[in-house]
Amino acid sequence: MAEVKKLSIEEAPDTLSMDPKKFILWGFIVTIIMLFASQTSAYLVRRAEGNWVEFQVPLIFWYSTAVLLASSIAMHWAYVAAKKDNFSTLKIAISITFVLGLAFLWMQFEGWKDLVAQNVYFVGNPSGSFFYVFTLLHGLHLITGLIVLFVTFTASMRLKVHAKNLRRIEICATYWHFLDILWIYLFVFLLYFR
Amino acid sequence: MSVVEANLDHDIHAHDEHEHHEELNFWRKYIFSEDHKVIAKQYMITGIFWAIIGAAMSIIFRLQLGFPGANLSWLKPILGKWITDTGALDPNFYLALVTMHGTIMVFFVLTAGLSGTFSNFLIPLQIGARDMASGFLNMLSFWLFFVSGLLMFVSIFIETGPAAGGWVIYPPLSALPKAHMGSEMGMTLWLASMAIFIMSSLLGSLNYITTVINLRTRGMTFTRLPLTIWAFMITAVLGVISFPVLLSAALLLIFDRHFGTSFYLSEIYIDGEALPNVGGSPILFQHLFWFLGHPEVYIVLLPALGITSEIIATNSRKPIFGYRAMIASIMAIAFLAFIVWAHHMFVTGMNPFLGSIFMFLTLIIAVPSAVKAFNYITTLWRGNIVFTPAMLFSIGLVSLFVSGGLTGIILGNSALDIQLHDTYFVVAHFHIVMGAASAFGFFAGIYHWYPKMFGRMLNNTQGQIHFWLTFAGVYLVFMPMHYVGIAGFPRRYYQFTGFDFTKSFTDLNMFISVAAIFTFFAQFIFLWNFFYSMFKGKVAPQNPWKSNTLEWTTPVNVGHGNWVGEIPAVYRWPYDYSKPGSEVDFIPQNIPHSQTPESNFPHENEYIAQEKEIEAQNYNDQFAAH
Repeated sequence: MAEVKKLSIEEAPDTLSMDPKKFILWGFIVTIIMLFASQTSAYLVRRAEGNWVEFQVPLIFWYSTAVLLASSIAMHWAYVAAKKDNFSTLKIAISITFVLGLAFLWMQFEGWKDLVAQNVYFVGNPSGSFFYVFTLLHGLHLITGLIVLFVTFTASMRLKVHAKNLRRIEICATYWHFLDILWIYLFVFLLYFR
Repeated sequence: MSVVEANLDHDIHAHDEHEHHEELNFWRKYIFSEDHKVIAKQYMITGIFWAIIGAAMSIIFRLQLGFPGANLSWLKPILGKWITDTGALDPNFYLALVTMHGTIMVFFVLTAGLSGTFSNFLIPLQIGARDMASGFLNMLSFWLFFVSGLLMFVSIFIETGPAAGGWVIYPPLSALPKAHMGSEMGMTLWLASMAIFIMSSLLGSLNYITTVINLRTRGMTFTRLPLTIWAFMITAVLGVISFPVLLSAALLLIFDRHFGTSFYLSEIYIDGEALPNVGGSPILFQHLFWFLGHPEVYIVLLPALGITSEIIATNSRKPIFGYRAMIASIMAIAFLAFIVWAHHMFVTGMNPFLGSIFMFLTLIIAVPSAVKAFNYITTLWRGNIVFTPAMLFSIGLVSLFVSGGLTGIILGNSALDIQLHDTYFVVAHFHIVMGAASAFGFFAGIYHWYPKMFGRMLNNTQGQIHFWLTFAGVYLVFMPMHYVGIAGFPRRYYQFTGFDFTKSFTDLNMFISVAAIFTFFAQFIFLWNFFYSMFKGKVAPQNPWKSNTLEWTTPVNVGHGNWVGEIPAVYRWPYDYSKPGSEVDFIPQNIPHSQTPESNFPHENEYIAQEKEIEAQNYNDQFAAH
């Protein structure tokens, strides 16, 4: 009897247009946007005041950007695989995304070393300090992205991610793509407003 | 594929079992609860605790201001070494008290206490939801707030004292541990506490917005939402947009303090020696801080205004005047909140032209504020007013909102601000319009929804006495303060009796202090009433104020999940009071128009056809399996 009732409920038109969990994710993304918007505007305000040391952005940040872009593609590949219930591809694609994410973090760290080699330190002229702060804050958010990826990965190992249960991977993919776009924004910003 | 299907089935059953769970143990039920009502009460009790501490602090520094140099050695058992051997209050601790009073009242009492209590309690009950969108995040939000409070509490007792740079923590004072003893460990704890507080606030706000947008019951369209919910939702939006900016400001300050960067510091000499920091800008901090700081005053005030709208309509037995204008004005205030922050910075040497733009934008806020004040008064106009304590506090709020708002128009002028900046005029202004008004909203909310929270009534007589004493007390404290301010008495000064013109204000300052002490003790009537009635109060009826909103359709003692059986559907707006033709003077939101043909307006008869559509909709019941 209970089953029958449930079915009739599912047929009724929905009152809500969006899944609450996904909605919370978008809200969370808004807070991250505000965090970085305030950081970048602080950067502009400070830069306008002069006494601003310019430096060359190390080449490795270009490569890390490419790696992060590639990870986004892998993420999308995983999503498509989940939609088609293609479990082996799904696992491989998520793993690739995860590894590329780690590689990105490692390259950012190497980039810091290159900056130090150029005599641009965290403590010094704010132009350098801001560079470190942006990459650090983005890196910290990327670590949370990796955690979400890992959770999705274990869920897909237990076959909980499939065409009829896409919520997890959708949340994961949205967040990951957002982190990717966020980095591109920061990178272009840092290149343009040197 | 079969594996997948089995998995799906399993998920559904897991959900079902969850619903018929046996009684939760004490810890899960009262401490780490995910029930929005329990979390609301946790916020309320914590908020009241902090309010007592914050108010007591103000009494101590008011003693110093009203009676400079008085012998306070009787406070030694509490304050210890902060009372010097001669019995005077340590000036360093005076600064710390002012800072802590501001921080505690603004963030812990009127942000977390007010929004945390009423958004949590009322959003699910008034929109017809079983609980918040995420009970877990809600619980996390409270416990992060608790930890943040704990850190702040600890900072009061450390040797160097709590943060003392003012609640606005401007660098370089806050950035250099050498600048003041309060900038040592106290400031570190302040920053840690606030960082955690911001996370708590963001989690809470995200939950409120998501719940309002996604979990409304059948028929609860946006134009049928009670104004409380509108206010809470817009407040949450303000929080989501502005708190990350404070986090940003705090992060850079932490880097400056602990890692030696120079975001806010430049060319500073201490004891004749230059600090290594070069190239920073302290004004940058002010921009970041006030980008939060200004919306923050609306985060504090808007929930109180929402609560007032609801209570005034209910107790005037009249529909709220200008429902849509009320929503529009909340939105307008929220929007303007983000583009006026520099009016706190008129005297930082900003371009006067920029100053006049910010002045213009600031003065525009008077328009939506006046719309709100007008609508409150026109709702009261010729209503059958029932003077419950909640109603009295709501009317008191309107009075404070008007009188405090008027001085805002004076302060918003960049030219007048040169004289008034950082004087007691500012202190009087924001204490009336933001502090006292929001506190009145808090009291009004507690008096109004106490029966729903605890199933018992508060004592009415004690409530009335509490109101009149508080109302008189607030005006006696803050009205004279305007005059002290206009005369040029600066805020945050330990003592200011060195000049003849300030000496002549000693009497007035004494008067303010006595009034403050009087108001402080009046609050104990409330505290007694609050805790006594929780156990011994009269048992509440289901709908004590004859109100229309959905929370009064729940049982007197609301269980987990709020409604027994189905969640009611909603067919009308929440303000059908004293409707012409109707026999009763209120028609709750869950009564369909088809049942009230005698009082329907012609256009409402068309809604009868829509009732079938509403009933055909999904229950939107989180507890049922999807």
